[in-house]
Amino acid sequence: MVDKIVIKDIKKSFVSGKETLAVVGGLSLTVGEGEFVAIVGPSGCGKSTLMKIIAGFEQPDSGHVAVDGVLRKGPNANGIVISQHGSVFPWLNVQQNLMFGLNGNEHGDKAALADHYAAMVGLKGFEQNYPHELSGGMLKRVEIARALVVKPEILYMDEPFSALDALMNLRMRTELLRILEEERHTVLLITHDVEEAIHLADRIIVLSPRPASIQAVFEVPFKHPRKLSTPEAQTLKDDILRELGI
Amino acid sequence: MLKLKQTLPPLAVLGLLIAVWWLVVVKTESAIFPTPLQVVTGTLELVKDGSLWEHIGSSLMRVGAGFLLAVVVAIPLGLWMGRVEGAYITLNPIFQILRPISPIAWIPLAILWFGVGNASPIFLIFIASVFPMIVQTAAGVHTIEQRYLRAAENFGVSRYKLFTQVIIPAVLPEMIVGMRISLGVAWLVVVAAEMIALRSGLGYLIMDSRNAGNRYDLVIAGMIIIGIIGLLLDGLMRLLEGLKSVRWRYGR
Repeated sequence: MVDKIVIKDIKKSFVSGKETLAVVGGLSLTVGEGEFVAIVGPSGCGKSTLMKIIAGFEQPDSGHVAVDGVLRKGPNANGIVISQHGSVFPWLNVQQNLMFGLNGNEHGDKAALADHYAAMVGLKGFEQNYPHELSGGMLKRVEIARALVVKPEILYMDEPFSALDALMNLRMRTELLRILEEERHTVLLITHDVEEAIHLADRIIVLSPRPASIQAVFEVPFKHPRKLSTPEAQTLKDDILRELGI
Repeated sequence: MLKLKQTLPPLAVLGLLIAVWWLVVVKTESAIFPTPLQVVTGTLELVKDGSLWEHIGSSLMRVGAGFLLAVVVAIPLGLWMGRVEGAYITLNPIFQILRPISPIAWIPLAILWFGVGNASPIFLIFIASVFPMIVQTAAGVHTIEQRYLRAAENFGVSRYKLFTQVIIPAVLPEMIVGMRISLGVAWLVVVAAEMIALRSGLGYLIMDSRNAGNRYDLVIAGMIIIGIIGLLLDGLMRLLEGLKSVRWRYGR
């Protein structure tokens, strides 16, 4: 596997008043091309800060992030962030949202491309609807489709499904796996849901409490479609939870 | 049925008010204060000789000119202040001081600078409407949620696209609220401004009717027409709030 993202010894602290709060403390990680890596950690351990640094929205105090061997200086359309609360523009309809990221003229028929991805995530017939007319699950689909339209090589997912109810959460995971079957992306998923990580990821990284560093790494050897009720999956879950101190 | 339930009570109260008014005028045998019927006949008189449309037209023209001028100045200025921290820090305190000054207080200066023609009321309306719009627009820019700006940054869109597809539509609901407030104030001000020195407009109609022979029927007719037009103008701005691309902001 070719290295896609190389994270080298990044550190980040925030200063508030006289106190310095170390949030990420010397973390190194390599993600392969097409790999699905989940990062699990206790809440407040600096997961989201880590994701912002990897996606380019924040700079580390020391260390660096390289994508395809190129140092990451800022965010770009090569890696799209999908976050908990989403950022689907409420003033644009579904089709306009999907076309948002298509800059320049090299995309051909933008509307057709948008509609193709709308259909792919199961939004056929809703292209002209506005976000306030859609349910939470459908909004998530819009967000995923909007990311896929620009053909990013990496998806950064920061607790993407945690605002959804349990049933919709499960359904969106299955959908995501189906979409990744069609178009393989490198995915970095941040979650506090161990089952979600086992369901989706090839590899699970367990973070330590703040300042975040890698505490343990688990390979997930199960074939898709996965069943979480198997004894092997249960054992893996118990092992991860033990690492998290639960 | 629901519509009837909503319109019936206010209509009933209105009818009652008119009845009481009528009764009081008849009982007190007032020589000056008109009955509702006299107000209606007075209004019809104005309609017949065409002067009513002239007054309404002049007032609306002044409001329109002053208001549009304010939109042209306030929207870009508000957006700029919202985006550029330095501009906000510098200009906001000044606007906060100017804003609570009643536009009526500007009348002497308006007459000094622009004389007693159309320019004075247009200037006053501009003064009245420009500040609420600037403040509302700048506040609107400040309340744009980070996640939308982040997403735009993530997709690497141009500045032009950032403005036309993110910032302006995100602020549009606030702009419309600002415009609604402004237009309401502008309508208040035009009537006051016309009372000073002009030869046309609804404000002039009211003052002139009183000065020229105590025609209180026309005074009241003028007041009622001002109220109705104000209501219609507000209704017009409310239509803007129904646009699909801004409805997300005002709740379901």
